[in-house]
Amino acid sequence: MKNPAVYFKGLFSENASSRSAQTGDRPFSVIVRKEIADHIRSWRFIILLAIVLLTFLGSMYVSLSNIYKATTNVEDPDRLFLYLKLLTITDNTLPPFHIFVGFLGPLLGIGLGFDAVNAEQNNGTLIRLLAQPVYRDNLLLAKFTGALVVISALFLSLGLLMIGGGLIITGVRMEPQEFLRILCFIVLTIVYIGFWLNLSILLSVIFKQAATSALTAIGIWLFFTVFYQMIMSLVIKALLPDPALLLPEEVAGYNHTIMTFMRLVPSQLYEDGTTTLLMPSVRSLGPLSMEQMSGAIPAPLSLRESLLIVWPQLCGLLAATLLCFALAYHRFMRREIRN
Amino acid sequence: MESPIIELKGLTKRYRSLKAVDNLDLTIYKGEIFGLLGPNGAGKSTTILMMLGLTEPSAGMAVVCGFNATKSPIPVKKKVGYMPDNVGFYNNMTALENLVYIGRLNGIPEGEVKERARDMLEDVGLAGAMNKKTATFSRGMKQRLGLADVLIRQPEVIVLDEPTLGIDPSGVKDFLALIKQLSRQQGLTVLLSSHHLHQVQQVCDRVGIFVGGKLLAEGNIDTLAGNLFASEPFAVEVTVKDLVPADLETALLQIETIKKVLVNDRVLQISGSADITPDIVRFLVHKGVDIMDVRRRSYGLDEIYERYFETNLNENSSSEKSSGLFQRSFFRKRK
Repeated sequence: MKNPAVYFKGLFSENASSRSAQTGDRPFSVIVRKEIADHIRSWRFIILLAIVLLTFLGSMYVSLSNIYKATTNVEDPDRLFLYLKLLTITDNTLPPFHIFVGFLGPLLGIGLGFDAVNAEQNNGTLIRLLAQPVYRDNLLLAKFTGALVVISALFLSLGLLMIGGGLIITGVRMEPQEFLRILCFIVLTIVYIGFWLNLSILLSVIFKQAATSALTAIGIWLFFTVFYQMIMSLVIKALLPDPALLLPEEVAGYNHTIMTFMRLVPSQLYEDGTTTLLMPSVRSLGPLSMEQMSGAIPAPLSLRESLLIVWPQLCGLLAATLLCFALAYHRFMRREIRN
Repeated sequence: MESPIIELKGLTKRYRSLKAVDNLDLTIYKGEIFGLLGPNGAGKSTTILMMLGLTEPSAGMAVVCGFNATKSPIPVKKKVGYMPDNVGFYNNMTALENLVYIGRLNGIPEGEVKERARDMLEDVGLAGAMNKKTATFSRGMKQRLGLADVLIRQPEVIVLDEPTLGIDPSGVKDFLALIKQLSRQQGLTVLLSSHHLHQVQQVCDRVGIFVGGKLLAEGNIDTLAGNLFASEPFAVEVTVKDLVPADLETALLQIETIKKVLVNDRVLQISGSADITPDIVRFLVHKGVDIMDVRRRSYGLDEIYERYFETNLNENSSSEKSSGLFQRSFFRKRK
């Protein structure tokens, strides 16, 4: 250090008067900006981005090479929605993009959030950050918002890229309804990834080690994608009577219960939602009885009707997201911050 | 004295059965430099955390700059600059970026923040390392950056937790001189915690000795020494050439003001109620003892600290029943 005599001349004397006159950005937006910059520069995000881009390009390639067949299939009531077809059709070499997202989205969310709080704590930056005039909930919210902005930008640009590419390659005019449906699909995707993001932020608040919270998050994800279905089928076999001995109404009733339990899984909700949004002819997510089906003409639903079907799914995902946030908030607000 | 800026009233923090901070009352006045002294694990950091609202007290309250730190931490944090021990920075950002970030969080306008951060880094002697990533920083450089980080917000109170840890001796001297200068010129209140007694001794107006969650004594160093060594405030250490004859000790104790004589091989430790060093020397010469060395002992922070630390050790090792007794003696001391 230099000679102390010259330090900080006059810096402190004008304290109060100058400070009241000047105001900078609010802490929240400052943290969000920094979070976004961090994500964009991190290798982790670049790798996740590469994975998402590869699956996007792969599934687009497959659907573009099969688009002719799909749009000339007279049996299909959705054949006129070229751009929705681009997102959903496949020749079974690769799953369509929305299935990919249902699978990779959690990974993206977990990847961006699993060390949100505990890495800062381990680096000793959390205590320094919270010694600034920053509300604790602002910090959590900013961490969430920062990652969500990055994800939103990613999926919005992918969606628009797909639309633009489709326009150039096929030259087919786009229905407004199609555009809105794709937008809704993107919003649903963001909400879905937002849930996983929030779950991983919650885990990063609970666990001191980033590795533990990452493993736990991946464990939850694996449980829901692999084991939950297995457990469900085991339980169904053990508890429910043989469907062959039941009346059709009873079977329908049991099916309904089974579907309710299946919908505890976020990816199930997401899949239901995307299917309804991207395939306008889907009119119910549960089993339909013969009476309900009779007289129904296989025709695409309007966007409003599709949205009505998706609404519970969307609400479920939002509720789960909020629940995670509330828990993280509860854990974080009153805890002791120290190195 | 001046107006109090930090008031701790009955502050207590329990971690399950352990009492980290035990019914602490402390007042720090505007413009003074207060040193919180104590061994590791004495509860210094916990007390500081409670003052900043970073942890909640189990009982009592901390009032800083007129605000309750637990209930309204934001106004407190606006006025208090805190440097934690083991300060950490974002490793993937440069020193300047780290500082600019903190500046922005404190609402410094976008137009000024870069310039001010740059000035601040020059002031703490990091001008050359401004654009280096903080991952490459040494401990001492981080500490300096931490100081810049505290000062960029122009605080009224600075709280430094083990600030001198990891800085080389000359750096420590500059650092403490700077703190002292800031406090005097700008009327900054400084609270620093340390277990380095000598460093604290140099700059602090008052110190508080903190052991096992309790503030054992507070005041400036002279009063502390006076309290502690009230019975035998003066001590002389005499080294003699030959082994001390056995009757010398009893002979010495005949002198009125001498209270205690300790013989350790060739060293005599004599303490008493008055400074009679010349008399002792004359007496010894009369007795035909060859004196090699005479040293008057003055009580520094080291002795004070040791003395308090000793009593605390005794307290811990003694049975629970007698702890009340020790508590009583501790209260007497604090008056």
